[in-house]
Amino acid sequence: MRDSNATVTKAAPPPGAAAFHLSINNPVVRAVLAQLGVALVVALVAWYLVGNTMDNLARLSIASGFGFLDREAGFQIGETLVEFGPQDNYATAFLVGILNTLKVSGVGILLATVLGVILGVARLSSNWLVARIAAFYVETVRNIPLLLQLFLWYGLLTEGLPGPRQALSPLPGVFLSNRGLKLPAPADDPIWAWVAAFFGLGVILTLIVAAWNAKRQAATGQRLSMLPIGLGLIIGLPLLVLLASGGGAIDMPVLQGFNFRGGMTLSPEFAALLFGLVIYTAAFIGEIVRSGILAVPKGQTEAATALGLTRGQLLRLVVLPQALRVIIPPTTSQYLNLTKNSSLAVAIGYPDFVSIANTTINQTGQAVEGVLAIMAAYLVISLSLSFLMNWYNSRVALVER
Amino acid sequence: MSVTETTQDRVAPIRPHRGPLAWARANLFSTWYNTLLTLLIVWLLIRAVPGIVEWALIKASWTGDAADCREAGGACWAFLAEKWRFILFGTFPDDQHWRPTLAILSMIGTLVLSADRRLWGRPLLYIWTLGIGFSALMMFGGVLGLDYVPTELWGGLPLTLALSIVGLMASFPLGVLLALGRTSDLPVMRGLSVVYIELVRGVPLISILFMASVMLPLFLPAGVSIDKVLRALIGICLFSAAYVAEVVRAGLQAIPKGQVEAAKALGLGYWQRQRLIILPQALSLVIPPLVNSFIASFKDTSLVIVIGLLDLLSTAKSALTDPAWRGFYKEAYLFVGVIYVLFCYALSRYSRYLETILGQGRRR
Repeated sequence: MRDSNATVTKAAPPPGAAAFHLSINNPVVRAVLAQLGVALVVALVAWYLVGNTMDNLARLSIASGFGFLDREAGFQIGETLVEFGPQDNYATAFLVGILNTLKVSGVGILLATVLGVILGVARLSSNWLVARIAAFYVETVRNIPLLLQLFLWYGLLTEGLPGPRQALSPLPGVFLSNRGLKLPAPADDPIWAWVAAFFGLGVILTLIVAAWNAKRQAATGQRLSMLPIGLGLIIGLPLLVLLASGGGAIDMPVLQGFNFRGGMTLSPEFAALLFGLVIYTAAFIGEIVRSGILAVPKGQTEAATALGLTRGQLLRLVVLPQALRVIIPPTTSQYLNLTKNSSLAVAIGYPDFVSIANTTINQTGQAVEGVLAIMAAYLVISLSLSFLMNWYNSRVALVER
Repeated sequence: MSVTETTQDRVAPIRPHRGPLAWARANLFSTWYNTLLTLLIVWLLIRAVPGIVEWALIKASWTGDAADCREAGGACWAFLAEKWRFILFGTFPDDQHWRPTLAILSMIGTLVLSADRRLWGRPLLYIWTLGIGFSALMMFGGVLGLDYVPTELWGGLPLTLALSIVGLMASFPLGVLLALGRTSDLPVMRGLSVVYIELVRGVPLISILFMASVMLPLFLPAGVSIDKVLRALIGICLFSAAYVAEVVRAGLQAIPKGQVEAAKALGLGYWQRQRLIILPQALSLVIPPLVNSFIASFKDTSLVIVIGLLDLLSTAKSALTDPAWRGFYKEAYLFVGVIYVLFCYALSRYSRYLETILGQGRRR
């Protein structure tokens, strides 16, 4: 009582700093105590768990730590992007696993985006049949567990397909059999360096033409359509080079004896995982794209049409930039989901990171380290992907005053 | 006046386009590429549908054994006739199958009653206690003259339902606490919540399930062991808590600041504010997304196959390993898929219905 009188009579102290009572009723004291309490409880629980784990490991005589990474793995991995044999160590096996995870997620994200955009646009199509079929696809695929779809695809790709001699060939050079999907692949040929060079040249030329076009539009109001020019330069130019070289640059798979030779193989495991992930994730991306397009007010389209923009310009200059702002954040989390879902590979035998870590855990008993490695790997992938997408999002975000 | 009359006389009234032909013109053949698309799809349907009908109905075998099925060449519904009990109930003792049936019905009944908004509040608490309690009684047994059935024998649909319903129910309190922690002013609570949520959301469910199945036994003192179903449940629970937390956080952030300030002005403490003012509003905002998380967790329970539990999908997969009935995976997965679609589609329709109903009061 006397204290508060004193502060009132004295010159006004800053609010909040006034009269610090060391009492349980002081909000600051309570906040500090509550936080200390929670921190203490968490620390105690952690200490208890770690203590138990140490005891158990000692009892099972498992040496903790990552020393096992240098030991010989002793197992074979079906498909690898780097050289790997049973005599290599666990660290190399982990690397193979991470690369396999990245491979299937990267290709999956690319294809899922394409299919998802097609689905989203198809659901809004003025064609009744197209819209119905897209809606049916989305509603069915979204409501079936991904794992079930993977099992079904794996079944279809292994048991449902004929052997190599009766392989299905939907396109020339593409063979579908129970040994996997055979595709034409670029052969080891110097022409590919030229193709790459002309691709780069095409990109540079397109940029130059685009800059000239923009300048010309500013000066005269006329504008060339960039799409055919860009396509012609970036894709047509390298294609011409490739055609000029003849067919030797592409390695076509050929049936020889009981199996195929040449070309590129997608194993049934990889193909099933890829199909499953793409088909499942595309349904979600389709819904995101649809809601993004619907989120652009109709007045925007009408105003753009009134300005005389063509349909392509309308989409590119008015609708897409506004829709992308709505589309990108949820699409990012779908990309992350696809990457995390690629861990279901373990159920159909594709050697992704989780599956290799699981084998390692079973062989060495290093459960703690194995699970920590899985978590660390996925955290790094997730954080990098969301960092990348946030950067892209900040570029397309609406700049507000 | 006269001008108007003459105009009216001359211009024919605009007839609304009606009838199937006009409809087809507007919806199927409006432009050249729409016509092309329509024709393409119709051609694809003509090629695909007869084959599917032939497989599923005309050449299908409804009775007999695997040899009959292979001879007929179509779908082998006889396989399902033989295996449906195993797929639905797993290894639960055969003569006791009425018990998981009642448990399934009780759990579905609980869900259906929860959908009725008139029962929200205290009645729902009784319904859930009763429904889940009854299901547990049916599954475990051990009292009232029922044989005790250990969880190792559970499987199929009751296990899938139990894992998802109990998993979501148990993750809910933790999720709300994490959401409160993440929106809290206190740095320690916020830090711990953020780390937990982001850590769990950054890793796949499979890794959490592995952790629950291989690390949980290490965490506990020597000699203490917990059964597999409980381990999976703990994993699912820890996993969904992070997702529930993010959903609830969205609701908390949607509550206007004035509500907190008014509650503070009334002299309510932190927990009173949350319990009486903030959470009731925030939670009712996020019911539709919570239903969506339930759908996700219902589908995600299928992952327990990797730690060796016999849920609905695993029973279907192990039914396929019977050497007498190899190769009928399409029928098995179709059967299970239809069950999943029925549940998830009903739930997602309900979530959309809730969104419109609950949104009505808030829309201006």
